[in-house]
Order: sequence, then structure tokens, then C-alpha cells
Amino acid sequence: MLSAEGLRHAFGEGRGQVVALDGVSFDLTSGQTLAIFGPNGAGKTTLLKVLAGLIHPQVGSVHVTGGRRAIGWIGHQSHLYEHLTVRENLLFWAALYGVPAARRGPRAAEVLGRLGMARRADQPVWSLSRGLAQRAAIAKALIHDPSVLLLDEPFTGLDLAAAAELRALLGELRVGGAAGGGRVLVLATHNVDEGVELATDVAFQRRGRFVHFAPRGGRGPAEIAEAYRRAVVDG
Amino acid sequence: MGELLVQAWTVARKDLVLEFRTRTALISAVVFTALVLTVFNFGRDPTAVPTIDLAPTILWVTFTFAAMLALNRAFQLELENQALEGLLVSPLSRTSLYWGKLIANLVFVAVVEGVGLPLFVLFFDVPVGRVLVPLIGVIALATLGFVAVGTLFSALVIRTRFAELLLVVILLPFLVPPLIGAVQVTARLLGGRPLSEAVGYLKLLAAYDIVFVSLASFLFRFTVDE
Amino acid sequence: MSLAHKGRRITLVALVCVAAVYVRALAFTPVERLQGPAQKIFYLHVPAALWTEAAMILVGLAGTFYLFLKDPRLDRFAEASAEVGTVFATIVLTTGPIWGKPIWGTWWTWDARLTSTLFLFFLYVGYLLVRGAVRDPGLRARYAAVLGICGMCLVPFIHLSVFLFRTLHPQPIILKPSAPSLPSSMLATWLFSLTAFTLLYVGFVTQRYALSLARDAQRGGSPEAGPV
Repeated sequence: MLSAEGLRHAFGEGRGQVVALDGVSFDLTSGQTLAIFGPNGAGKTTLLKVLAGLIHPQVGSVHVTGGRRAIGWIGHQSHLYEHLTVRENLLFWAALYGVPAARRGPRAAEVLGRLGMARRADQPVWSLSRGLAQRAAIAKALIHDPSVLLLDEPFTGLDLAAAAELRALLGELRVGGAAGGGRVLVLATHNVDEGVELATDVAFQRRGRFVHFAPRGGRGPAEIAEAYRRAVVDG
Repeated sequence: MGELLVQAWTVARKDLVLEFRTRTALISAVVFTALVLTVFNFGRDPTAVPTIDLAPTILWVTFTFAAMLALNRAFQLELENQALEGLLVSPLSRTSLYWGKLIANLVFVAVVEGVGLPLFVLFFDVPVGRVLVPLIGVIALATLGFVAVGTLFSALVIRTRFAELLLVVILLPFLVPPLIGAVQVTARLLGGRPLSEAVGYLKLLAAYDIVFVSLASFLFRFTVDE
Repeated sequence: MSLAHKGRRITLVALVCVAAVYVRALAFTPVERLQGPAQKIFYLHVPAALWTEAAMILVGLAGTFYLFLKDPRLDRFAEASAEVGTVFATIVLTTGPIWGKPIWGTWWTWDARLTSTLFLFFLYVGYLLVRGAVRDPGLRARYAAVLGICGMCLVPFIHLSVFLFRTLHPQPIILKPSAPSLPSSMLATWLFSLTAFTLLYVGFVTQRYALSLARDAQRGGSPEAGPV
């Protein structure tokens, strides 16, 4: 469903070159959630951007079943236009993702209802609080019912309650999806405590490389944190 | 092709809704146009230089300056919440994005020109009644060319320092051919001379449009990607 | 022999050639009947003008190939060619008025070739400014390539629009130095001068290319702002 093969990408040239991706390969099928942990500058965002087709990797390739249409992206930024209402934003993105015109309205209402935003639908985005804006951003990412969700530090800037809410939502999203067999989630974060429970697979990224990549098995946050410390911080 | 245009129109419509809802840029551009026309009136000696000699220059300098304001805002508004990133992740093709921006810019500039032209006629008492249709044709022909190049360049400078200043500097040489052509054709129209006299310039304008609209459509994909 | 040495040697040969052109022009080529000695400046002016345009076209071609091949050498060449083109444009814009003063009686006229060189000069300045405003080398090369390709396509349009403008508003005196009626001795001198300027272009570009290689090696290829 989502596979990456031998990805390599570097910024700059000569001695100042920064290698952001170095020999990264994986293959995820529906229902799998890959959590990528790594310090800032490890290349996590570059990896997600390569998966999303924002950056063309210098070496290697990415394959997504269904192409760009199948990808939903939740990053640091909401991608919402402040002077459009939440609904107008959703209808615009639905159109770009090729949702048939007749389906756009009902689909927007459905997503907004699910996120508890129905009453806010006709407010302009600039009038929303931070938490609500984050929810609107998630609604935007889900509007075309993507089968692959890419999440770049989604918990940053959320308070504890909002983070817990997001975790619960992501847990639900894992099992849904167009095919019914569950979605693929790729979650990048620098904080090991966040999102470990969601993951079926865990990777540690350091200087562009996956220094650890294995199924989570029954490991809990403490064990993962210990493994992370050994592999990344001390390694 | 149909899909390409539908997507382009989706982007353009969104831009125009945003534009007419906030109105800041549009009102600025219209006021700017009126201001430039007024300044030109005081910048000449009405007893020495007949208006008709200066009129084409005044018209085109005003239009090109006003267009610059439009071009600057085209991609600025995509930087809000990094919406540009969202557009690039979506299945929207780069060519559709370019055409969407081009359409929105053309509508914006057309509105400004639509206000500017009557003001110009009013302020300078230029007889345009007989030549209105060909005059609008020339305005459309010249505007398409430099807005096409300007839309490409506004995407080019968006990730650089001093984006607004840089856009003006790099666009300037590209304004020369359409500006010379438009001024010359306009002068002949306002002077009541037959359009056949300006056939060389009309060919130049048409060729410029064809070359730069296709070139910019092709090159745009190299400007927006990271 | 290093690239920088090679470049320096070619430049030296070119400069000797330019000097030789002038020895030939001043001592062995007849004085033009109407313009007198002022016409001699054309042996500097016209080849420089030709290479100003040629350099822009080479910048555009290098950009075209860069977009497909992603070879940084092409971008390095484009940068070198643009800077040398700027120098040549400056030569044209300074020698033009020096010639214009005695012949036209004014320092500046909106003569076709002079005007189009002026616009080319602006084009070069914009191109180099964009290079200076982008930090990432990959991004800089891509942006420069796009602008270079547009610049290349603009050259004939500037030529044409300025030419149309001039033919419809003739200057009081139109002197065409490159008219086919040019005496054979003048033509020979002029061709010699063109060769000298071609060498000069190659020499300058080679040196500039070597310089940018050395700069990147020294700074460890750190994403420094390019020269403005």
C-alpha cells in the first residue's frame, strides 16, 4: 500500500552537505502504523515530504497504491485559508482531490460531524481557537477519505486533553478507510511518549538512516524509550 | 485537458473569492491606478505637449505598475498556513496550478484596467469611442503576455529574500516588448490611423503571448517544488 | 595545468589579440570617411555587443540542459557566462556613448543596438540578483535555469521590438558599421577583433568557473549566498 525503496536525499553540496535520507526502505500494508522517532534534523520531515511527493528523492522511489489521491497530510501547518469558512475550505480541497461535486457537501458535513465541528462549519478559519483550527486541519486531511495518512509532529502545540483526543481519533482512523481493511499511518515525532501505543511498527531515525526498524510487538513506552536512548542518544 | 482546466478554475475561483472577500489588494491597486493617472496630469505641461501624444504612455505605465501589485499577491496568499504545501501534496497538477493563478491574476488586472480605462478617458479627455473594441483587444493581448511571465516569476521569488523587490527587477526587461508594442498600437488607434499600420507590433504581441504562455506553463513545475 | 591557469593564459592571449586588433585598426586600416577616427571604437563595441547576446543565449541553453541533467557543472557555467555577459554589456554601454558623442552629437541615443544591450544588462543584473537571493545550491540552480531560459527567449523579442521602434522612428543619422559595403580591410580587422573577443569570453568564463570551484571547495560547499 505504501512502500519506499532505497531512499536517499541530501541538501547542499560539498563539505556542507546534509544527508537527510540515507538508504531508507520499508513496505507497509493496510492496518499498519509506523511511528518514526528521531531528534530534530534527523530527516523525519524530509522522509514524509518524499512520501507525499513534495520532494523528489535523489535516489530511490516511493509507491503509493492510488497515488497522490490516496494520501492525507497533517503537518505543522493547517493549509487552511483564513478568510474562507471551514466548509468553504473543505469544499475547495475536496474539489482538488477529485471528490465528485455531488458528494462534496455531504462528505464535508460527515467529516465535520465526526470531529464535532458541525456548529463551526460556517465560521471563517481566522475566528477559530487554536484547538478548533487543528481539528479543522484534520478535517481537511480526511475530506477525501485517504487510505494513507502522513503525520508530521501532529501533537506539537496541543495541550494534554487535545493530544489525548487526537490519539483517540487516530486510533479510530487506523481501522477505517475506503477499502475497509484499515489505513496506513506514518507518524513522525521527536517525542517517544507520543504515539507509541498507536504504532504497530517502530523506527528510530538518526542522520537520515533508520538505525532501528522493527515491529513494536508488545513493547510499551518505557521499553521503546530505553531502546531509543541506546540506539539514538548514546549510539 | 478538460480536467486540467476544471482544476485550474477551482484554484482561480478560490483566489478570487479570497480577493473579493478581503479586498485590500484590489482596492489598493485601484486607488494606486487613480493616483498614478492624477500624478501624470500634473507631470506635464498642457500648453506644450498635446495630451494625445502622451496618452498611450500614461495608460500603459499605469497598467503595468498596477499589474505588479496584483502579481505580488498571487503566491503571497498561499503562504498563509503554508497552503502552497497543501496544494503541492494534492493531486493538483503543476500546470493547473499555474493556469489557475494566471486566470486569477488576469481577472484581477482586468478589473483594475476596467476602472483605469474610464478614469483615463475622463481625466485626459481622449476620444476612445470609435476605437473601443480594438483598444480593448490590444489591452487584452499585451496584458496576457506580461501577466503570464509575471505569474511565473512571482512563484520563482516566493522563497527568496526581498521577494517583492526582486520580482519588479527581474520582470522589468520582460515588460519591454509588450510595453513598446502596446504603446505603439495604442498611439495609432488613438491617432485615428488604420490598424494595418501597426501590424508588425500586433504580430509581436501575439508571438510574445504564444511563446511566454507556453514557456511559463512548462517551466512553472520547476519553480514551486522544494 | 589547473583550470585557473588555463583561463588566465587564454585571457592573456585574448588581450594580446585585442591589442593587436588596435594596432591593426589604428595603423593599417583606413580611416572611415564620414566618421573619422571615432569609428575605430567599433572594433571593440560590436564584438562585445555580439557576445553580450551570445552569453545570454548560452546561459539559457545551459539552464535548459540543467533542468534535465541536473549537472551542477552546467549551473556553474551559466553563472560564469552571466557574469562575463554583464562585463561585456558594460563595455558596450560605455563605448557606445564615447562613439555617439562625436558622431551623433549626444552621449546617449535610443539607438536599437544600444537600447537592446541596456535591457540585456538589466536582465543580467536581475539574473545575478536572483542567484544571490537563494541559499540552497540546488534551488538556486533551478531558479537560475528558469530565469535563464526565459532570458534566452526574450533576446529575440527585445531585438525585434526595439528594431520595429527604430525603423518607424528613424534616427537623424543611421550609420550601420556592419553594412556589407564595409571595405575588405575593415572587415578583416573586424573579424580579427571578433576572434579576439571570442577568446576573451572563453578566457573569462574559464577563470570565473575555476574561481567558483575554488570558492566552493574553500567554503566546503556551504550554502553561501552567491555573488551579487
